[in-house]
Amino acid sequence: MDKPVVIVVGAGPAGTRAAQTLTQAGLRPIVLDENRQQGGQIYRRQPENFVRPASKLYGASARSATALHTAFAELLPHIEYRPETLAWGVVDQQVLVEHNQRVEAIPYDALIIATGATDRIMPCPGWTLPGVFTLGGAQIALKAQACAVGAAPVFMGTGPLLYLVAWQYLKAGIKPRAVLDTSSLKTRIKGLRGLRHRPAILAQGVRYMAELMRAGVALHAGIQPVRIEERDDEDGLRVRGVTWRNSRGQLRHTVGDAVGMGYGLRSETQLADLLKCDFAFDPTSRQWLPVTDEDGATSQQGVYTAGDGAGIRGADGAEYAGALAALRCLADLGLTVSAQEVARLRKALEPMTAFRTGLETGFPWPWRNAASLPDETVICRCENVTAGDIRRAAGSLDAPELNRAKAFVRVGMGRCQGRMCGLAGAEVLAAARNIPIEQAGRIRSAAPIKPLPAKIRGIMT
Amino acid sequence: MKGLFRRVSETQRSPITITVNGQPVTALEGDTILTALLLAGGQLRMNEFDQKPRAGFCLMGACQDCRVWTESGDELRACSTPATPGLRIVTAEVPWTSQ
Repeated sequence: MDKPVVIVVGAGPAGTRAAQTLTQAGLRPIVLDENRQQGGQIYRRQPENFVRPASKLYGASARSATALHTAFAELLPHIEYRPETLAWGVVDQQVLVEHNQRVEAIPYDALIIATGATDRIMPCPGWTLPGVFTLGGAQIALKAQACAVGAAPVFMGTGPLLYLVAWQYLKAGIKPRAVLDTSSLKTRIKGLRGLRHRPAILAQGVRYMAELMRAGVALHAGIQPVRIEERDDEDGLRVRGVTWRNSRGQLRHTVGDAVGMGYGLRSETQLADLLKCDFAFDPTSRQWLPVTDEDGATSQQGVYTAGDGAGIRGADGAEYAGALAALRCLADLGLTVSAQEVARLRKALEPMTAFRTGLETGFPWPWRNAASLPDETVICRCENVTAGDIRRAAGSLDAPELNRAKAFVRVGMGRCQGRMCGLAGAEVLAAARNIPIEQAGRIRSAAPIKPLPAKIRGIMT
Repeated sequence: MKGLFRRVSETQRSPITITVNGQPVTALEGDTILTALLLAGGQLRMNEFDQKPRAGFCLMGACQDCRVWTESGDELRACSTPATPGLRIVTAEVPWTSQ
């Protein structure tokens, strides 16, 4: 019998360790990577002709980054690596891919989805202005392009990435004008119960904050974003600063020429959705996630999820989860796996899960802000659908959940398929109808899950 | 017009020239189209619903806000497409009828 074909979607920490585990069992997995080079977002590489050492690029995670890159280099002869390849659909045990304007259907026996995450976004007036980027985007500019998104950036949002990115900018010689965090000191203390499960990571976060403060960067807690201010002059339309309320409700203004914003991360779950995997509402993150067992097996036979795409547990957690999902996949394919290794990985993931709960408690998604966004605030940036449009859908048009609202007013209908607006749109709708968020639903995925070129070639069998 | 982005290092790379809306723009080898355009100016394209400028958002291929076009009408995601010597792009969609 031919060896089973396992496709791994994604080449970040989870996808890499999944592929490695499969090769160790003698399989030759196909690894689909939308990026040009392996590493995912967190360990994203700079172009080949850049010279900064890993210590400069990845800071405290340099060792993990280098280890993952090295492991992948050693894997290359044993896998079929397809960089710059978009997995845009899945049907009849085949992943539909596009590479260089050619489409192809690749059959599989098992599928490991390790598609990672993007920033979780709570819109505010002005967030579509040139100069406003996600925290992840601001970090990619620095890491992969050696550029700052502005000379005087303001970082706004919540979560560990907020401080990491602000610190990385400081180290790169670009002093942030302020770090504006919607989480309060009180919630952060509550989060410690979970955060203490990973003391080294916690200490690192505290160090970033301390170094920012020592450099004179103001760190504000418990803020409420009011709007990102614009200027329109000979340079064109762009960011002028941020207006916000402090924890006592007083109006404040910070001048800056760029904004990095993000409120934690959201999982990329479209492929599992196309496969009709069961999803469940996760009250900790207020997101719908694929239902899996502790090893990453979904409700669909032969389909596994791992890493941040299955629920946010961070890069180290993703490495364990990738290996664990691959072991589970191998066992399901009838191959022998080490029970000891499975037990070790499950145990290693325990503190990650507790830490995650600590993060969501300490730096919560500010979902309540959705209710108070002015009607004219753009929520869906693809099609400029506003909070008022969604409220009209929820009210006079009587849309009970997000997909109906999408049909009525096009929220989430645009090219990003709700990646940027889906969570906030659901919050706006839930607040307008005064229903629990889990009743507001989630935007259904549709193939192609990302836009395909119009001049597509190839044969689909 | 001043650029949005600032280079912080890696400035020893070879310069290349691309053409944006018929005008030459100098970049460095390894820059993405987004980097090249936002070092030279403040926007990538106009949002088709309000005709206001956009300059990308996520830089990781998720938000689809950074698209530009080749002169022959192919759509490119500026954040994940390298600027290569001689590349000719436009920042407004080429009408289908002219293709």
